[in-house]
Amino acid sequence: MSDAPMGTKEPFIRISKRTSIGKCRAWSIRIIALLLSLIVSGLIIYAIVRMSPVKVYVSMFEGAFGTTRRAWITVRDTMMLLCIGVGLAPAFRMRFWNIGAEGQILAGGIAAAACMIYFGAVLSGPALILVMVITSIAAGAVWGLIPAVFKARWGTNETLFTLMMNYVAIQLTGYCVSLWENPFGSNSVGIINQQTKAGWLPSMFGQSYGLNVVIVLALAIGMYIYMKYSKHGYEIAVVGSSENTARYAGINVRRVYLRTMAISGAVCGIAGFLAVSGASHTISTSTAGGRGFTAIIVAWLAKFNTIVMIMISLLLVFLEKGAVEIASRYNLNAYASSIITGIILFFILGSEFFINYRIRFRSGKKEKEVAAE
Amino acid sequence: MKKIIALMMALVMVFALAACGAPAADEGGKTDEGTAPAAVSAENIKIGVILIGDENEGYSYAHMEGIEAACKALGIDKESQLIYKFSVLEDESCYDAAVDLAENGCNIIFANSFGHEPHLMQAAEEYPDIYFCHATGYQAATSELTNFCNYFTDIYESRYVSGVVAGLKLKELMDKGTVTDPYIGYVGAYPYAEVVSGYTAFFLGIRSIVPEAHMDVTYTNEWFNIAAEGEAANMLMSRGCVIIGQHADSTGAPAAVQAALDGGKVAYSVGYNVDMLSVAPDAALTSAQNNWVVTYEALIKVALEGGKLDTDYSFGYADDAVQISALGASCAEGTQKAVDDAIAAIKDGSLHVFDTSKWTVNGETVTTTVSDDLAETYHGVEYITDGYFHESESASAPAFAFRIDGITELKKS
Repeated sequence: MSDAPMGTKEPFIRISKRTSIGKCRAWSIRIIALLLSLIVSGLIIYAIVRMSPVKVYVSMFEGAFGTTRRAWITVRDTMMLLCIGVGLAPAFRMRFWNIGAEGQILAGGIAAAACMIYFGAVLSGPALILVMVITSIAAGAVWGLIPAVFKARWGTNETLFTLMMNYVAIQLTGYCVSLWENPFGSNSVGIINQQTKAGWLPSMFGQSYGLNVVIVLALAIGMYIYMKYSKHGYEIAVVGSSENTARYAGINVRRVYLRTMAISGAVCGIAGFLAVSGASHTISTSTAGGRGFTAIIVAWLAKFNTIVMIMISLLLVFLEKGAVEIASRYNLNAYASSIITGIILFFILGSEFFINYRIRFRSGKKEKEVAAE
Repeated sequence: MKKIIALMMALVMVFALAACGAPAADEGGKTDEGTAPAAVSAENIKIGVILIGDENEGYSYAHMEGIEAACKALGIDKESQLIYKFSVLEDESCYDAAVDLAENGCNIIFANSFGHEPHLMQAAEEYPDIYFCHATGYQAATSELTNFCNYFTDIYESRYVSGVVAGLKLKELMDKGTVTDPYIGYVGAYPYAEVVSGYTAFFLGIRSIVPEAHMDVTYTNEWFNIAAEGEAANMLMSRGCVIIGQHADSTGAPAAVQAALDGGKVAYSVGYNVDMLSVAPDAALTSAQNNWVVTYEALIKVALEGGKLDTDYSFGYADDAVQISALGASCAEGTQKAVDDAIAAIKDGSLHVFDTSKWTVNGETVTTTVSDDLAETYHGVEYITDGYFHESESASAPAFAFRIDGITELKKS
C-alpha cells in the first residue's frame, strides 16, 4: 500500500490470502513448480553422481514407459492409486478425514483372499470373482462404516478413529497370513491358486491388467458424476461446508455420514480386491503398502476431482517407477530415489501456498509474484 | 481451461494406449518351448539379480559380493552385464522385476529372498529360455520347470563352527568363575526350518564344548530390523544369556551386546553374514558366513554352457562355500586350533553336524523322519541314515526342523 503513513516502515514481505485465482494462473503456478522441482533435483543428481540430469530423466521415463510391460505395470499401479483416491474423494469432500484407506483396502483384500482360498475349488470362474467383489465391497464398507457410526452417534474424532482402524486391519491381516501361511512358518501366504488361477482377474485386450483399468476408470467417472450431479453429491458438499447449514436445510447429516463412508470404504474395498485378485494374487500386511496414505496426497492435490486424480496418480507412480530405474541403472540405492520423489512432492505441495496466498515485496509498487522458492 | 485439460488427458490416454498396444517386441529371443536355454559367451551373457535389500543390508551385500567376484572370475563385466534390482518386496513386484530383467535380455536371473520364490516361478514359466535361480527356496524339485533351480549353502556347517567358537568362550568364562549358568540366547527371524536348522547347528557346536549348555530362542518375525533385533538381544541378556547368536540380517543384536558389555555385563555375540567387529569390536566373537562366489560361479557357468539345470545347488566347507569371519580379540585361547580341527573333521566326513547321538527330542533319540507325525514337515522323505540327519543333500533348502532338548523357543510367531 503506497499510502501508508510516513514513519512506519512497511514490512519487506507481505503475505495476504487471495480471494480468487484464475484456473489458468493456478495451473501455470503448478507447472512452474514442477519444472523448478525437476531443476533442483537435477542439480542434486548432478552433485551426487556427476551425471547429466537429462540423461537421468530420460532413464526415469524409460523406467516407467520403456517397454510395453513397464508401461502396463505403471498403468496398473496408477489405477490402484487412483481407485483409492476415488474412494477417499467423497469422504474428504464431506470433511470427514478418512485416514483409514489402508485398513479398508486390507479388509477388502482379506475378503478377496479368503474367497480365493475357501471357494477356489468350489465355484466356477465368473461366480467366484462375483463373490469376491461382493465380499470385498462389503468388508471395505463395514470397515469404513464403523468410524462413521461412532462419529454420527457419539461425535468421536474420525481422524484418530480411522487411523486406528488401520492398525486393527494390519493385525487382522497378520493373523490371516499365519492362518493361511504356506509353507508353515514362512510367514507368507504364497501365490494363491497358482496352478488353477481361480479367482484371478481374467485378462482383457490380451493384457492381464486390462480389466483393472476398465473397472477403475469406470469408478472414477462414476464418482465424478455422483459427486457433481447427484442429490447425494450435493448433500455431501453441503455437509462438508457447514454441518449446521446442512441441518437447517433439512439434510439428515447422520445418514449422509453413514452413506458416504460406506461408499468410501466400499471403493477402497474394491481397491483391496484389485490388489489381490488383479495384481499380487496373494495377501500380506504390505498389500496396501502405504498407498492408502499416498492416495490422500492424490485426493488433496486433485481437490477431490476424480478426473484430475488420474493425472496426479500417474505422476506419483511415474516418479516411483523412474526412481527405481535410476537406482538400478546407476547403482544408487533406493534412498536416492526417495530424495527425488520428496523434492518433487515438496514443490508441488508448496505451489499450493502460492496459489492460496499472494506475496508482495516492499520495494515495488507493482505486485511481484513468485511461483515457488 | 477445463476443456484443454480434458483434451490433454484424452491425448495422454491415447498415447498410453498406443504405447501399450504396440506388439510385444521379441527382445527375449524366444526359442522353442521345452528346449534348454542355449549357450552364451562370457562377453554376451547378461545377469539379472533381484535383491531383498541393498548394499546396506548384510545378507544382500554378501550376495552382491559373491556375484561380482564370480563375474570377475569368469570375465564378465559387472558394469554392463550385471543388472541389480534393489529392495524388491516379496510380492508381485518380484514378478515385475523378474519379467523386466527377462525383457532386458538377461540370460540368468537370481532372486535372494525366500518369499520371492512363487513370483519367480511364475516368471520362469513364461520364459523357458532363461535360467531362474532362487536362493533359500524349496520348490524346484517338485515343480516341473526345467529352467528353475534352488540354491543355498551348507551354512549349518559354519554355524556349527561358530558354535564351537562360542562354546570355547563360554568354557573360558565358566572356568574363571565369571559365569555359572551356561545360558545362550538366539535372535531368530522366523520360526521355520531355515532358522531352526541354523540355531540347532550353532547350539550343537556350543554343546560339543560345554555339554550342559542350554539356549532360548526368540523371533523378531522380520529379516532385517535393527531395533527389534537389538531389543530381542537385550531381553535375552536380561534373562541371563551370556552368548547371543543370531539368524537375522542386521547389526542390531551385536551392537546391543557391545553396549551391554561396555556397561559391565558379561555378554558376547556371534553374528551372521557380516563381520560384526566394526559394530562390536569387543563383544563380537565371529560370524557364520556364506561364501557365495562358489555357488554363483557354478550357476553362471551353467548359463554360459547352456543345457540342463539341476533342481538344487548347495555347497559347503568341502567347496569353501561357507566360512566364519575373522575371530574377534575376545575369543578364548586355542580357538583357532579348535576351529581348524572342526573344519577339517567336517571336510573329511568324520564329523556330522546333526549326528543323532548328539541330540534328543523329548529325551529320545530320533532315528527316522518318516512317520505320520512328521509327514507335514518332511513329506515322507527319509533324512536320517547312517546315524545322522542329512541336511541340504537332497534339497538345497535347510530341512532340519526338530526342536531338540536344551533349546526353548520363547514365542512362536
